[in-house]
Amino acid sequence: MSELAITVLQFGLLLLLWILILSIIAAQGRDMMVSKRSRTRDRRNDKPAPAPHDSGTPATVHQTGQAPRPRPRRLVVSEGPLVGTEVELGSAPIMLGRAQECTVVLEDDYASGKHARLFPQGSRWFLEDLGSTNGTWLGDEQLTRASTVEPGDRIRIGKTVLELRT
Amino acid sequence: MNAADHPKPRRNVELVLLLLALLISIGAQVLVGLALDDELTTPYWVEGSILAALALGFHVVLRIRAKYADPFILPIVVTLNGLGIAMIHRLDFTAAFDGVADRQLMWTGVSMVAAVVLLWWLKDHRKLRQLTYISLAASIVLLLLPIVPGLGQDMYGAQVWVSIGAMSFQPGEIAKITLAIFFAGFLANNRDLILLAGRKIGPMTFPRARDLAPLFIAWLVALGVLIIQNDLGNALMFFGLFVAVIYVATSRISWIAIGGAFIALGAVLAYQMVPHARQRFEIWFNAFDDEIYNREFGGSHQLVQGIFGLAHGGLTGTGLGNGNPSMVALANSDMIIAAFGEELGFIGLGAMLLLFLMLFSRYMRAAIGTRDHFGKLLATGLAVVLVLQVFVVVGGITRVIPMTGLATPFLAAGGSALLANWLIVALVLLISHNARRPIVVGPMVNTSGEGATGIEDPLRGSDTGQHAPAESRAETREHFLGGER
Repeated sequence: MSELAITVLQFGLLLLLWILILSIIAAQGRDMMVSKRSRTRDRRNDKPAPAPHDSGTPATVHQTGQAPRPRPRRLVVSEGPLVGTEVELGSAPIMLGRAQECTVVLEDDYASGKHARLFPQGSRWFLEDLGSTNGTWLGDEQLTRASTVEPGDRIRIGKTVLELRT
Repeated sequence: MNAADHPKPRRNVELVLLLLALLISIGAQVLVGLALDDELTTPYWVEGSILAALALGFHVVLRIRAKYADPFILPIVVTLNGLGIAMIHRLDFTAAFDGVADRQLMWTGVSMVAAVVLLWWLKDHRKLRQLTYISLAASIVLLLLPIVPGLGQDMYGAQVWVSIGAMSFQPGEIAKITLAIFFAGFLANNRDLILLAGRKIGPMTFPRARDLAPLFIAWLVALGVLIIQNDLGNALMFFGLFVAVIYVATSRISWIAIGGAFIALGAVLAYQMVPHARQRFEIWFNAFDDEIYNREFGGSHQLVQGIFGLAHGGLTGTGLGNGNPSMVALANSDMIIAAFGEELGFIGLGAMLLLFLMLFSRYMRAAIGTRDHFGKLLATGLAVVLVLQVFVVVGGITRVIPMTGLATPFLAAGGSALLANWLIVALVLLISHNARRPIVVGPMVNTSGEGATGIEDPLRGSDTGQHAPAESRAETREHFLGGER
């Protein structure tokens, strides 16, 4: 094969490499965008609350403005087999689930062994799903990442509903 | 939630990209043949079809077993691996090497089969969390193996090989994975202790020593063993892995500061005490010094020839088969980046580095997407392992940092590194499958059975998620929520 043809093919290889790269970037589309709601939310507290978003705003974001927030003190079970149970909130995280080593042992057939975890950061409590079978719900949203919990929010695990109270 | 929000499997995207990747890999092989052999003999087509069969087989397994896995990882990895084989084949035409390409292809096959087996058998990465301490023990054993008398083998000044019969293997490569599992598992379990308890000094909070003791022991053993073995590249990589994972777990910037200080301290100590390391520093500082260049052992000949090779390649390279990459010692393993720079030029090498960057970003995307903490830390750790290997190798060859021997992932000749990197690919694909899999929003599953132990089978109920069309699933959800109120 002539030298010219080989040179053309060599350049073709380089071109193909870049075509691959560009098609991967094109195919990724907006996949690499981290949406607003998945940014860690605790940073937002220091700034004035931004204008409310459209209807797509998740229920977990609370625009409470600058007023000092009352700190939740109790975790109360408001529905489900354990209704009425109360747990005092300290500064330690709380594990929710059916396993005996959990802080709150849920006697709920639809809860997983280690179902979810409530943990404090700053003056807020965050809820995180631990890969449970049936998922954890905060208001109407299923948790996909750690989210802030405000007093009065319905945390639903299986058939059990819990709330933070001040 | 509309249908567009639902994650799609995107396996067809993967197939198209994979075909492009195979075109590049096999095209590179063919170019080598055209430039250096008189005609394309059957072995070229056999090699090409083996690679294509392996890659397409992997793709089919993903379709069956991990439908929602990241669609970009496999094409990127196949491109890099194929280019590596082509370059190794090209170097087989020089006097220094012979038959390495066939061995590399064989190892590629072994590694891909091993990755498929891992993917098939593991199903869910969260099972590895139970192996936290077992993998610590395994890492220590793997790291110690090469210094066991009779088993270990000293090569090129580093004692990292184990030979059993005719086979030789670098167990340290596998230790990367087991150590990443240990760090992720340990930090996922103990994050709260490390985060909440601690002393505040200035703006930074330092954790208590006893919360970190197991971590420091692991780190010290790894580093100690590697220093005894003279394997500085891996020592740097394990330390970077440790710092990065703990930083991601705690989001405390103090870890980066502590890590940086330790690296500086370690570099100074290594310079003072380890002659091997001092030599590397000398080469780095005065590479073009005549006396160091002409030194018989431990001179800068290899590094300088590599730089000359890069310069010779220029912007577009000499073309596969037209350069002289074999002027550099170890051109097909440690210095393969210099060979690529010479024959594919800046345009080609830049594209390959970009592929590594994209692979890293896909690993991190899996980490961001997954819901469980262990998976996040594991994917981050594996991503850091990949990127540090590339940084240490490319930085060493371009004289950004002192040169240390590490295998370039997927490119360099060497079976153990290839195997380890393919196993990492399998793990990350599993994690990304778990991250992108639609959350099952069907009727709740009674967890009384296995759930009582605290370990669930997360794939249970996935049938509802996979076969129900998006609309009906959304309806189920509405119905479900409505019934609850």
